[in-house]
Amino acid sequence: MLKGSAKRAAVAPYVIWSALFVIIPILLVIYYSLTMETDGKLVFSWANYARAFQPTYIDVMLRSGRLALISTAACLLIGYPVAYIMASREFENRSFLLFLFLVPMWMNFLLRTYSWLALLENNGILNTFLSGIGLPKLALLYTNKAVVLGMVYNFLPFMILPIYTVLKKMDHSLIEAAQDLGADSRNVFFRLVLPLSTPGVISGITMVFMPAVTTFIISDLLGGSKSMLIGNLIEQQFMKVSDWNFGSAMSMILMGVVLVLFTVFTMVDKDGEGGALY
Amino acid sequence: MKHLKRAYLALMIVFMYAPIIVLMVFSFNRSKSRANWGGFTLGWYSELFKDPKILSALYTTLSVAVLSALIAAVLGTAAAVGIDSMKSRGRRIMMTVTNIPVVNPDIVMGVSLMLLYIFLFNAFSFLRLQLGYATLLLAHVSFNVPYVILSVLPKLRRMDDHLFEAALDLGAPPFKSFYKVILPEIMPGVVTGAMLAFTMSVDDFVVSFFTTGAGVENLSVLIYSMARRGINPKINALSTLMFAFVLILLYLINRSDTSKQRKGERELNEADY
Repeated sequence: MLKGSAKRAAVAPYVIWSALFVIIPILLVIYYSLTMETDGKLVFSWANYARAFQPTYIDVMLRSGRLALISTAACLLIGYPVAYIMASREFENRSFLLFLFLVPMWMNFLLRTYSWLALLENNGILNTFLSGIGLPKLALLYTNKAVVLGMVYNFLPFMILPIYTVLKKMDHSLIEAAQDLGADSRNVFFRLVLPLSTPGVISGITMVFMPAVTTFIISDLLGGSKSMLIGNLIEQQFMKVSDWNFGSAMSMILMGVVLVLFTVFTMVDKDGEGGALY
Repeated sequence: MKHLKRAYLALMIVFMYAPIIVLMVFSFNRSKSRANWGGFTLGWYSELFKDPKILSALYTTLSVAVLSALIAAVLGTAAAVGIDSMKSRGRRIMMTVTNIPVVNPDIVMGVSLMLLYIFLFNAFSFLRLQLGYATLLLAHVSFNVPYVILSVLPKLRRMDDHLFEAALDLGAPPFKSFYKVILPEIMPGVVTGAMLAFTMSVDDFVVSFFTTGAGVENLSVLIYSMARRGINPKINALSTLMFAFVLILLYLINRSDTSKQRKGERELNEADY
């Protein structure tokens, strides 16, 4: 009895810490989201949530979802082949190849995003090159395209890594068995390899979609006035217009979306792994 | 087919590295333009080291990272020991709380901490506190602790509970038993957690952005305000140095890992005979 309590007492500082720095802050966000300032006092109100569903803000949320979805799909289409090729046994130095794809992740996120400014600018390297070979300039920077590009560039390794891990662990004799039974390479891929790699694909999708839907740096640095995402809206409410109540309501909505998606993804992932056993 | 695969991988590696390499090359560019080469210079680097703002931001980043990793390591290890000894219900609650900062979007965590700080400042207005170094450090500890807990818990689970009880039965006080019996066993987890915490802290921008103030800036916040104003070759120079530093660090870690592995293998082989 006493032995257990000695250990259990060790958790006390953390309980206090997380109450103060995790739970109370979230309760404050909830409190602010459900109140409005009238005559210098905070009064209960649903108005912030009602305001969030005005067409302007619906547009912002839909755009966040759409750009994050496009980026996730692009990461999957680009990243799956990378993971697949690296996991196939044709190359030596597989771990070095993987290392090459992970090194850029060690560079500061802001710097990685900033580096695209130089390439995409109107008088940047890409356009200098294009006009050098006689092609028209492209207006890329400060568009939604640039935002998607920034997301794909920043989050691609998050897609490659989990898929690669699953594919590498896959039992190679299964593929040989399928081939022996007469499956052509297309059948082997679509009916064996792809279904078995589902858990990796799902955690890749989670790891790309979540940061993409919540970002405000990428859209801030690479996007234009028409690329406002939920993250930018929240940042604006807190840092520029000081409407903490509306900003809190948007934060609650964002948190809700992320938690629901996360729960769904983890549930699907469990099913995927369960299915992969048989 | 193999050539096609090789070409695809090569293309993707170019995609990953081209922006970084361009960034680095232009840090040596005499002209301020980012498309034309105006000759080689190291001028941006010397300006970088003369800029007091950048130097103080570097100091803030490193000191916050080290301090927050150390505090998180102590707090998180103690928490993990406690959580590990808990019954299933309390443990579930603590794990849920621990996962909140991991799953919660950065920006929500940032604004929620900002609200907390402002709320406390108003409640204790006679103290005249404001956002700055302390609030930044506390915020970093908050998002770092879960990573320490999550890397220490698996080590604890693999430990034999009776060892700690035996130490207590033999008359060692609880803290000494922990220090002598548990800590050596879980040390790899604590170190991994602290290193993870250090990295998260250096890399963080969003939470720092909302929880700092009064002129205290870490590198991320400074880079952000510089980058928003557009082109600045000093940022390129800074990126180059930071990237070179990371590469050297990765190389050193990798080398010590492989030498440890070799040593481990050798010991294993010797044990076989």
